[in-house]
Amino acid sequence: MISFQGVSKWYGRVQVLDDCTTRVAKGEVVVVCGPSGSGKSTLIKCANGLEPFQRGEVRVDGIAVGAPGTDLPRLRARVGMVFQHFELFPHLTVRQNLALAQREVLRRSREEAEVKGLALLERVGLAGHADQHPGQLSGGQQQRVAIARALAMDPICMLFDEPTSALDPEMINEVLEVMIELAGQGMTMLCVTHEMGFAKAVADRVIFMDAGRIVEQAPPAEFFAHPKGERTKDFLSKILGH
Amino acid sequence: MYEFDWSSIPGALPTLARGLLVTLQVTLVAVAVGIAWGTALAVARLSPQAWLRWPAAAYVNLFRSVPLVMVILWFYLVVPQLLRRFLGVSSATDIRMVSALAAFALFESAYYAEIIRAGIQSVPKGQLDAALALGLTPAQAMRRVVLPQAFRNMLPLLLTQAIILFQDTSLVYVIGLADFFGAAYKVGDRDGRLVELVLFAGLVYFLASLAASALVRRLRRRVTA
Repeated sequence: MISFQGVSKWYGRVQVLDDCTTRVAKGEVVVVCGPSGSGKSTLIKCANGLEPFQRGEVRVDGIAVGAPGTDLPRLRARVGMVFQHFELFPHLTVRQNLALAQREVLRRSREEAEVKGLALLERVGLAGHADQHPGQLSGGQQQRVAIARALAMDPICMLFDEPTSALDPEMINEVLEVMIELAGQGMTMLCVTHEMGFAKAVADRVIFMDAGRIVEQAPPAEFFAHPKGERTKDFLSKILGH
Repeated sequence: MYEFDWSSIPGALPTLARGLLVTLQVTLVAVAVGIAWGTALAVARLSPQAWLRWPAAAYVNLFRSVPLVMVILWFYLVVPQLLRRFLGVSSATDIRMVSALAAFALFESAYYAEIIRAGIQSVPKGQLDAALALGLTPAQAMRRVVLPQAFRNMLPLLLTQAIILFQDTSLVYVIGLADFFGAAYKVGDRDGRLVELVLFAGLVYFLASLAASALVRRLRRRVTA
């Protein structure tokens, strides 16, 4: 579904991605972890072309993301993305947030878009919040709306960029529960997260990145029980230690 | 000691009202065109395409580097020639209003462009990313997501610029267009009561600007709240 082949990226002379190769099969849930600045967010933003890259190839459902002729808006409409800071549109109500891209991009009617949006809102446990503005919701609620907004486009896969790291601890679970449910329904997911409990529960594979490289990738049982590299062990002891 | 005599004002009110209408007309057209054309210039200046960015930057810098009163005069001297040559407008048509509107609209666009550019840059980049990630084209993302937030943030500044513009319209006196100030000046000159009429005109400008500024303060509180 999503494949990275030798992807490298530079900001000026600083290399931020170094020959990254991995793939996410249909229905697979892959978690990307690693210290901050290791390039994990940059890597998943290459999957929908929000970050350009200079070398290598990224394909989503067979379509080359970086190729000059690729219709990026069309591709992005099929790839859901959830951001660290939610990025709901503050000038629109929840209902309008859910409907905007459905109407503008998929050309759905207002009724169709709203029915779809409200159904998803109910699915993330927020029915009844449709007419509020994002600023009136808690962080956890905003992130659940953001997930619903991405799902409203009927995506073929979902990208999560540290979806819980801007949340207060008591709100993390409500977001993870939605993500776990989504994984259970067979959604293809590529998630940058430090929630190792989530990785253990639903991930098919865990990728560890450091300094722009994919250092290690293994199924969670193996990854957590027998990390191979020193850096991986060091990272895991820090993140699981407390 | 100078003896004030306000008696010529009541009779001159219709003339002054006509002048005020010209002032408001120039202000409103310049604000409307300035915001529309200024938005286009701001978007062009922020474009990744150099062929859009450069001409827009040149336009904005040019108009911001010359005095408004000269722009008004140039337009008055040049536009009628062009209109006559290309559109066949007869030389009898009063071209002063047209050239004043064009001068103000094009001049103010440069200032509005800078305000709007700052407003667009005040919207976090994550908002644009989120809009693009949903499949919106850059143009749709700008129109539906970035600009509405940018305008909300910069509304007080846009109105402040409109107040400055309202006062600056008095500069049309250089081409003899009878705006509010011009009308007051003419009446004062005719009746030998220039001091009173110019004081009265100043009071009207002052009160109008004061009221508008109060409105801006209220809006600013609402926007920042």
